[in-house]
Amino acid sequence: MARVTLNKKTKLVLSFLGIALILLGSYLADEMIPASSNMRMFVTVLEKGAIYALVAVSMNLLNGFTGLFSLGQAGFMLIGAYTYAIFTIPAAKHADVYMYFDGGAIQWSIEEALSGSLGIVGHYLGMLIPIIGAGLLVALIAYLIGIPVLRLKSDYLAIATLGFAEILKAFFQWNTLGPITNGSNVLRKYATYDNSIFVVLIALISIAFIMLLINSTYGRAFKAIRDDEIAAEAMGVNLFKHKELAFVISSFFAGVGGALLAMFQGTIAATPFTTTMTYEILLIVVIGGIGSVTGSIIGAFLFTACSEWWLRGLDAGTWLGITSEWFRPGFRKVVFAVIIMLIVLFAAQGIMGTKEFSWEGLLSWFKNLPANLKAAPAKNKAKAQAKKEAKARDKAAKAQAKEDKANSAAKAASGEKLFEPLPVYDHVVVFKEGK
Amino acid sequence: MKKVLALTLSLLMVLTFCVGCGGGSDSGADGDTIKIGVFEPASGDNGAGGKQETLGIQYGNKVQPTVTIGDKEYNVELEIVDNESDNSKAVTAAQNLVSSGVSMVLGSYGSAVSIAAADTFHEAGVPAIGVTCTNPQVTADCDEYFRICFLDPFQGTVLANYAWESGMKKAYCLSKLGDDYSVGLVNYFKKAFTALGGEVVEEQFPDKNTDFTSYVANAKKKGCDVFYSPVSIEAAVNIIDQAKAQKIGMPILAGDTWDSNMVTAAAKGTDLDIVVTTFYQEGGNPEFDEGIKAWMEEDSDALTNNGGNTDLAAVTAMGYDAYMVALEALKAAGSADPADVLAALPSLEVKGLVCGDVTFNETGDANKTEAFVKKCNCEKGVWEFVKKQSAN
Amino acid sequence: MSLISSWLPYILAGIAIGGQYALIAIGYTMVYGILRLINFAHGDVFMWSGLIMVYLITVMPLWLSIICVIIFAIVLGTTIEKVAYRPLRTAPRMSIMISAIGVSYLLQNVALYITGGLTKTYPSISWLQKTVDIGPATTKMVTLITPILTIVLVVGLVMLINHTKIGMAMRAVSRDFETSSLMGIDINRVITVTFVIGCGLAAIGSVLFFSNYTGINPMSGAMPGLKAFVAAVFGGIGSVPGAVVGAFIIGICENIIKGAGWTTFSDAFTFVLLIVILMVKPTGLFGEKNIDKV
Repeated sequence: MARVTLNKKTKLVLSFLGIALILLGSYLADEMIPASSNMRMFVTVLEKGAIYALVAVSMNLLNGFTGLFSLGQAGFMLIGAYTYAIFTIPAAKHADVYMYFDGGAIQWSIEEALSGSLGIVGHYLGMLIPIIGAGLLVALIAYLIGIPVLRLKSDYLAIATLGFAEILKAFFQWNTLGPITNGSNVLRKYATYDNSIFVVLIALISIAFIMLLINSTYGRAFKAIRDDEIAAEAMGVNLFKHKELAFVISSFFAGVGGALLAMFQGTIAATPFTTTMTYEILLIVVIGGIGSVTGSIIGAFLFTACSEWWLRGLDAGTWLGITSEWFRPGFRKVVFAVIIMLIVLFAAQGIMGTKEFSWEGLLSWFKNLPANLKAAPAKNKAKAQAKKEAKARDKAAKAQAKEDKANSAAKAASGEKLFEPLPVYDHVVVFKEGK
Repeated sequence: MKKVLALTLSLLMVLTFCVGCGGGSDSGADGDTIKIGVFEPASGDNGAGGKQETLGIQYGNKVQPTVTIGDKEYNVELEIVDNESDNSKAVTAAQNLVSSGVSMVLGSYGSAVSIAAADTFHEAGVPAIGVTCTNPQVTADCDEYFRICFLDPFQGTVLANYAWESGMKKAYCLSKLGDDYSVGLVNYFKKAFTALGGEVVEEQFPDKNTDFTSYVANAKKKGCDVFYSPVSIEAAVNIIDQAKAQKIGMPILAGDTWDSNMVTAAAKGTDLDIVVTTFYQEGGNPEFDEGIKAWMEEDSDALTNNGGNTDLAAVTAMGYDAYMVALEALKAAGSADPADVLAALPSLEVKGLVCGDVTFNETGDANKTEAFVKKCNCEKGVWEFVKKQSAN
Repeated sequence: MSLISSWLPYILAGIAIGGQYALIAIGYTMVYGILRLINFAHGDVFMWSGLIMVYLITVMPLWLSIICVIIFAIVLGTTIEKVAYRPLRTAPRMSIMISAIGVSYLLQNVALYITGGLTKTYPSISWLQKTVDIGPATTKMVTLITPILTIVLVVGLVMLINHTKIGMAMRAVSRDFETSSLMGIDINRVITVTFVIGCGLAAIGSVLFFSNYTGINPMSGAMPGLKAFVAAVFGGIGSVPGAVVGAFIIGICENIIKGAGWTTFSDAFTFVLLIVILMVKPTGLFGEKNIDKV
């Protein structure tokens, strides 16, 4: 196996080129593909996938890298989405949006104020500041929730965070807070991006930050906690401090993801932020591989593309040219759930396991591809041969056992005593190898 | 295993891209076919209603599968997509419709998803006709959205007027937390009812709640004269059951969602007093009634989607009307191009519909001045017409 | 007196729903006691029992369909254990929990596909749904039967756990998984029996629950399931009487909160209760203290 090695500079250049290419690609895709084209779904999937990738990576930071099983993601996204939306609804639209609450309590918009004084720069700044603000608010709330909750053990932590998410949802729908949150009604007409590049860029920067964190000393401490809490503590890792840090940072990015989701949807209501949403994000993490950032990203795009685009035919009656009675609404989700169960049971590592993407790995793979392909038939043959042999061995052993049994039965029938059993060994269980 | 998985997934990707590119069409008309998008929930909270509305549209398509534009006859094909009653899925579902090259879109049942999808239709310039989404915000800021039904402020006021005229002084209002439809209707009802001099007790129940025991008990405890709960069919069935169990002793008042055979089925054999306002009265157009019932008896899928029997829901009739309006719009536009359809819609006037004539006002809402008031005959389990009620 | 009479409907409703939560909660608490697993799919087994009843009643008499529903729930529960949990028994705790979430997702989506997302109405069992007057309150017969039936079943279950051989095996396994397997206890059998009991009770619970609240949709199991789990934690997870007491407390509190006019937060309250108990007394009312060994 030949392995490609690159020096640091080349890798850096390659990474920058790759990122530039992705950004340019997403910009052009949004600009060039007309709204009524079949490929427009590509842009939709790109945007939603980028958002889900960010949220999944932030969940992976907790579940995969720190070993904290938290199910509060949807609740944190909810706060992020609402915070962003509330502060960017243009003043003139308040009467419309808050129609049941006399125009609401807040009568200004950060985006409007800034774009009024700073023009186009202000427009983007006016969207960025609420996004970061949304993240910070979520981080603060997560900090407060974390103080009691993070002392709990794995499954209790899961159920407690899930509970908090439900409480937050009820809170945001509460009529008394209506002048701010619009109660049960949707928030809309807030500022949103003009091109997919905005979402993709923010998601990229956020994910890059999380990756840097994972590779820092903090990240190593997180992994130590995941692998063995007690050993980590013995090595001088402050458990609570590091758990709290991971929880707060993960929630910050969940909040940012929520804000981006609000921009993507154009309207925000609290109802869709259910535990089902958290489960979906968790399943993305599982598909990609718990403990792999690259995996979460791939998982997010695959999940979004399949559920929103490629598998839709399964609901509509015809998919890939196959028409079937079975393809009724809901079939897509059944297929999806079955695939997920198969991954959980038979490919627990997910797509990437704990591996990450690297240029060296990719190039090595391509370089070795011809050799591997050439070797594949032989390898498969050897595998098949081994399987066959094992089968034959099994068969022979079975036949032997049968014969023995028949023999002994015959002998016993003929009154012949084979041997005296040793009473001492009667109840000792002998462990067979490989079981 | 992992390699096989990766291979299958990549194969899937390539395949779908091929399919995607192959079937591409950028204009509304593709040869002899015109596509009309159906944007309705088939699952989630509003799944039942969405399916009944879709039935009406499908029946319309069965009655008139073609449309003549200019001199050419086109086949009309329905592109049905499930928005899952979920705001976050609605955007992608709408994009799916737009991407498949529809000339116009019909739907949705439930206003929140329509509001969420409005931006997508706006960006693509594809006109949409709301069938029974009654929230004023659907059409308010979107030039592409029209609708053929009345609005919440109207319906809320009508219900309040009816309650006041029937001598009810204190109303118990129950809405669902996070459901803009019921919250909106309660809001307008409250405004109108208190303006008339009535008193209102307002409560909300959380999502997925099925236990209405305490809400019925609350209404009794507070000494209300009427139980007003314009909520989804799912909740309606449970409310009726509890009202029966606790002998509620006051009339139940609700909006258009309750005009469903599932409600009458639940109320059959009870001594409840259920009154709703709605778009359509069964029997108003015998020809339509017979036709659609015969179709449902033939088509087992349609029958299942209608809840197992052939009683008509108002939303089904509205769905049929919406389809007819869509055909008229195509004829008036003289082309299947979404932009032409959009230009033709504001001045459109459609007569001979099942639920009354349709013309649009400036915001794109239908000009409707009256709603039907219906009462449940709990002995037979059918709706009976009471009167037409106006907002003034 | 007037205080009692005005609150009686709420307390009755609370006791009824509490008893139904209790029957679900037992499944959670027993499975957790033995496998240390939150069986997220348990609420969905409960929902499926209700759904199957809707279909069964059309082809067979009531008594037979109730028996079939119980058998169905048991088969479903044990199959889930065999297929989705057993292969992962040596895997990290998180994997098996994810598997449980996956099963729950699958069960809900299959139900969604089969029902087409429509709410099904539970068949009416006339003697359960008969209205009865208790003083100033009017309610269904099932409200009175639920607590009685629950208590009878729980007493039976506690006797089973304390006085039979399999019960002893269950206690041993829940105390120490590995040692008891070394002692010759057939772990797989004990786990299967646990699932049989849990799912059987959930099926009985479903008959009572859906007779009271007659609409069933694919999400009907989620909320009762979560609340029953909270009840199990509240009472001390692993303890059967604890789960029952917890369930009654949650059911009654929930209805009193609704009666007091805080309807918006009636669900949120359950979770507040959960978090408070986890903070103050993580082992619950009757739970035993657990020591983590290195």
